Amino acid sequence: MSEDKLLEVKNLRISFPTTRDRIEVVKGISFDLGREKLGIVGESGSGKSLTGRSILKLIRAPGQVTADKLSFKNIDLLAQNEKQMRNIRGTKISMIMQDPKFSLNPVMTIGAQISESLNAHNKLSKSEVNQRVIDMLNDVKINDPERVVKLYPHEVSGGMGQRIMIAMMLIPQPDLLIADEPTSSLDVSVQAQVLNVIDDLISKKGMGLILISHDLVLTSRYCDRILVMKSGEIVEECKASELANAKHPYTRGLLAAIPSLNETRDELPTLNRLQKEPI
Amino acid sequence: MNAIELNELDIFYGDTQITDNISFDIKQGESFALVGESGSGKSTILKAIMGLAPKWNGSIKVNNVARSHGIDYDFAAQCQMVFQDPYGSLHPRKTVDATLSEPLTIHRISDQNERIEQVMQSVGLDLSFRFRYPHQLSGGQRQRVVIARALILEPKILLLDEPTSALDVSVQAEILNLFKKLRKERGLTYLMVTHNLPVVSFLCDRLAVIKAGKLVEVTGVEQLRQGNFKHAYTQELYAASGGVIS
Repeated sequence: MSEDKLLEVKNLRISFPTTRDRIEVVKGISFDLGREKLGIVGESGSGKSLTGRSILKLIRAPGQVTADKLSFKNIDLLAQNEKQMRNIRGTKISMIMQDPKFSLNPVMTIGAQISESLNAHNKLSKSEVNQRVIDMLNDVKINDPERVVKLYPHEVSGGMGQRIMIAMMLIPQPDLLIADEPTSSLDVSVQAQVLNVIDDLISKKGMGLILISHDLVLTSRYCDRILVMKSGEIVEECKASELANAKHPYTRGLLAAIPSLNETRDELPTLNRLQKEPI
Repeated sequence: MNAIELNELDIFYGDTQITDNISFDIKQGESFALVGESGSGKSTILKAIMGLAPKWNGSIKVNNVARSHGIDYDFAAQCQMVFQDPYGSLHPRKTVDATLSEPLTIHRISDQNERIEQVMQSVGLDLSFRFRYPHQLSGGQRQRVVIARALILEPKILLLDEPTSALDVSVQAEILNLFKKLRKERGLTYLMVTHNLPVVSFLCDRLAVIKAGKLVEVTGVEQLRQGNFKHAYTQELYAASGGVIS
């Protein structure tokens, strides 16, 4: 098992300074990840994205990350300097961001952007690179990749943009993929396609996946295990298939707030947050 | 009586035709959903009704009055729109108070103070937020401000363009409850654009499915709940939302 363990996180804390005090946004969470699909769900502000970013050490000062242990395949991530992190980002751990519109470079062709991540880490001949780019685009189910590599990001749709992002992140063949709300800017029908593409590639290549999302139902459909976060803490951990039997009142509240396809309730239960300002 | 009647509506952006021969009626007090993927033209229909997409053929009638192609002063008092993204649809340098008083000033309504307090209460915003800027509010609070702005002229029809898609599920539940409550209290008519079928199931009476600018199917919410659709495309959407086709 320990050989299979990709990521170990123990007592991870992330804090930011305010005018008065440092405020802790992630309050000592611990989890392990094998070659499996882990979902982290929670509302905005629960610290789920920061957790994802801290694994890649993308949190800049004045933000502060501390942990008893943050290791990836027995590499202590906290001890790595910027230069060493560069070798890890992309090749070993990569991350898909939320919105393809803001994460793709508007003045570079798609082919150039995908091959950039390959060229940064490997020395391959030009024709090999081109071949790998086209294979990768085929893998993410883009029709006519020879044409698409010459296009610019504004010439493709949102769903295609997101698949291109996935291609870009997976082409250096990382061991761990962190997907931060990979589908929340997409339509339901495209969402399913994009997640199926991720799912296929993950299973085929035996990678680990952390799927960060606010969508409980979607996450439970695609992941093996789920962590529910609330204001910087993990409040519940369960198997995705057993989400419906979740025990924590917060998880139950979230589940109840989601309307179903066969919705006959007159009013949806909410988490009783007061619309008043905190004192 | 019909609140909105669309008849053979073709909308254009420049020379590009966006919708093709769209016709449907919405009764007064009804909650009607337009469902389809991005780019199908569903938001464009709302824009045409509001006068924000001025190039169209066919006819649009609101409360039995034919709509002009542009923005209309009298129409604005009867029908208002709530946009998708509460972050993008509020002016960052206007307070809630300034945002809410603008429509009143335009329509020369005098009792501004009372109206603002009243509308803030009815959307569940504490009065302490009145002199706040949008960046000092959460997403759900901002969406409440947007709804308050739409309601302040006391329109009878609200056009909702994906009003909850930028919100968390728990906040979405609050806003959906709010829409339901407001409709009951004020007898509002809703025309909502969404791609979230469960939301339709909660809030709407009927839905129209649009694909590539064409009306595919108009059906009742009972059919949605049972997953009983005639058209293959609707079944596909239903399956993508996690529904099991019987």
